[in-house]
Amino acid sequence: MNCLECDAKISAPKDALPGEIVTCPDCGASFELYKEGENLQIRPAQVEGEDWGE
Amino acid sequence: MNIPIVTMFYDMIRWEEKALVEAAKRKNIDLRLEDARERFFDVTGNDLPDLGDIILQRCVSFFRSIHLTAFLEEKGYKVVNGFHQSIVSGNKLYTSLALVKNGIPTPRTMLSFTSEASFKALDKMGYPAVLKPTMGSWGRLLAMLKDNESAESIFEDRESMYPLYQVYYLQERVKRPPRDIRSFVIGDRVVAAIYRVSNGHWKTNTALGAKAENCPITKELEDLSLRAARAIGEGIYGVDCMESPEGLQVHEVNSTIEFKNTVPATGVDIPGMIMDYLSDKAAR
Ligand SMILES: Nc1ncnc2c1ncn2[C@@H]1O[C@H](COP(=O)(O)OP(=O)(O)OP(=O)(O)O)[C@@H](O)[C@H]1O
Ligand SMILES: [Zn+2]
Repeated sequence: MNCLECDAKISAPKDALPGEIVTCPDCGASFELYKEGENLQIRPAQVEGEDWGE
Repeated sequence: MNIPIVTMFYDMIRWEEKALVEAAKRKNIDLRLEDARERFFDVTGNDLPDLGDIILQRCVSFFRSIHLTAFLEEKGYKVVNGFHQSIVSGNKLYTSLALVKNGIPTPRTMLSFTSEASFKALDKMGYPAVLKPTMGSWGRLLAMLKDNESAESIFEDRESMYPLYQVYYLQERVKRPPRDIRSFVIGDRVVAAIYRVSNGHWKTNTALGAKAENCPITKELEDLSLRAARAIGEGIYGVDCMESPEGLQVHEVNSTIEFKNTVPATGVDIPGMIMDYLSDKAAR
C-alpha cells in the first residue's frame, strides 16, 4: 500500500484488522484500514468526533 | 459448556480492541467483530441477526454507541454496558445525580442554563471553579474559571456553540495533588487502579499526556469505586476520583473504558478479565 499523501510505502502489521489506524512512516499521515475483497486497503482516517471518548 | 459467542461492536480498532481480540483467543471465546458503520438495523421489522450470546459495545462515538445499544437491548440482546448505564455514565450531570442520591462523595456541583444564572451559582460556590460539558470526554472543552473575568470570556464563547454547551455544569475546583485516580471496575470487582499524573497541565487526562502509574487499591478506593459503579448499574467502568482534603471524591464514571496505559502500568490483564466477565454473564 502507498500513502495517499506522499506515496511512501505503508505496511500493515501481520495481525491487522479492518478499522485499525496505520500511520505513514514518512509523512506521519494516519489512515484507516478497510477490507476490499480479501485485501486490506487504506482510506483517510475518521476525523475525531466531538462525541468520541469513554 | 459450549464456547460462548461474544459480538463486539466497534467503529475503530484501537489498542484496546486488539487486546480484546487477543484475550478472546487465549480464553477460547468465539469473539465476532462487527463494524457498526457497515450494518443497518431494522427498527420496525423483526428479522433479527444472530449476534451470539452477549454483545460488547466498544464504539468510540458516543452517539453511535447509545443509539446502537438502545436498539440492541430493546430487541432482546444482552449488551455490556447496558443502555441505562451508558446514558447515565455518558452524562456528567446524570452521573452526579446518581452519585449524590447514593451518598457517594463527589465535588460540589451546580447546574444552570444561562451565563447570568451561572454567575449567581459561582457567587455561591466561589472561584476557582471548573466548567464541563455534560457530555464529552478526554478533557475536551473543560475550562478553569479563575475569576469573574475569565468566566465571562468563557461563557461568551459557549454562547455561540451547540446548545449542549449552554448547559452549564459548574464544579468547585478540588484541591488535589497533581494527579487523579482511575479505578477499573468489572462487575463486582475493582481489578486495577492508576494514578494519572499531570505533565504540567491541570487536567490529568492521559489523552492530554498525563502519565499512568500503578495505584494501590486501598479499602477506601475499593469501597468507593464499587459504590459508584453500583450507583450507575452493573457493568464495566473506569471510575475517576480525586484526592480532596476531605478524602476521595468521585467526579466521573466512564463506560467503554480505555486501558492501553493501565495494562503496562499495573500488569493487570484487563482485556482477559473483560472476556471472563462476558462469558460468565453470557451463561447467566
Ligand atoms: N473539580 C475539579 N477540580 C480539579 N480538577 C478537576 C476537576 N474536575 C476535573 N478535573 C481535572 O480534569 C480532568 C478531566 O476531568 P473529567 O474527567 O471530568 O473530564 P473528561 O473530559 O470527562 O475526561 P475523561 O472522561 O477522559 O476522564 C480530571 O482528570 C482532573 O484532573
Ligand atoms: Zn505519507
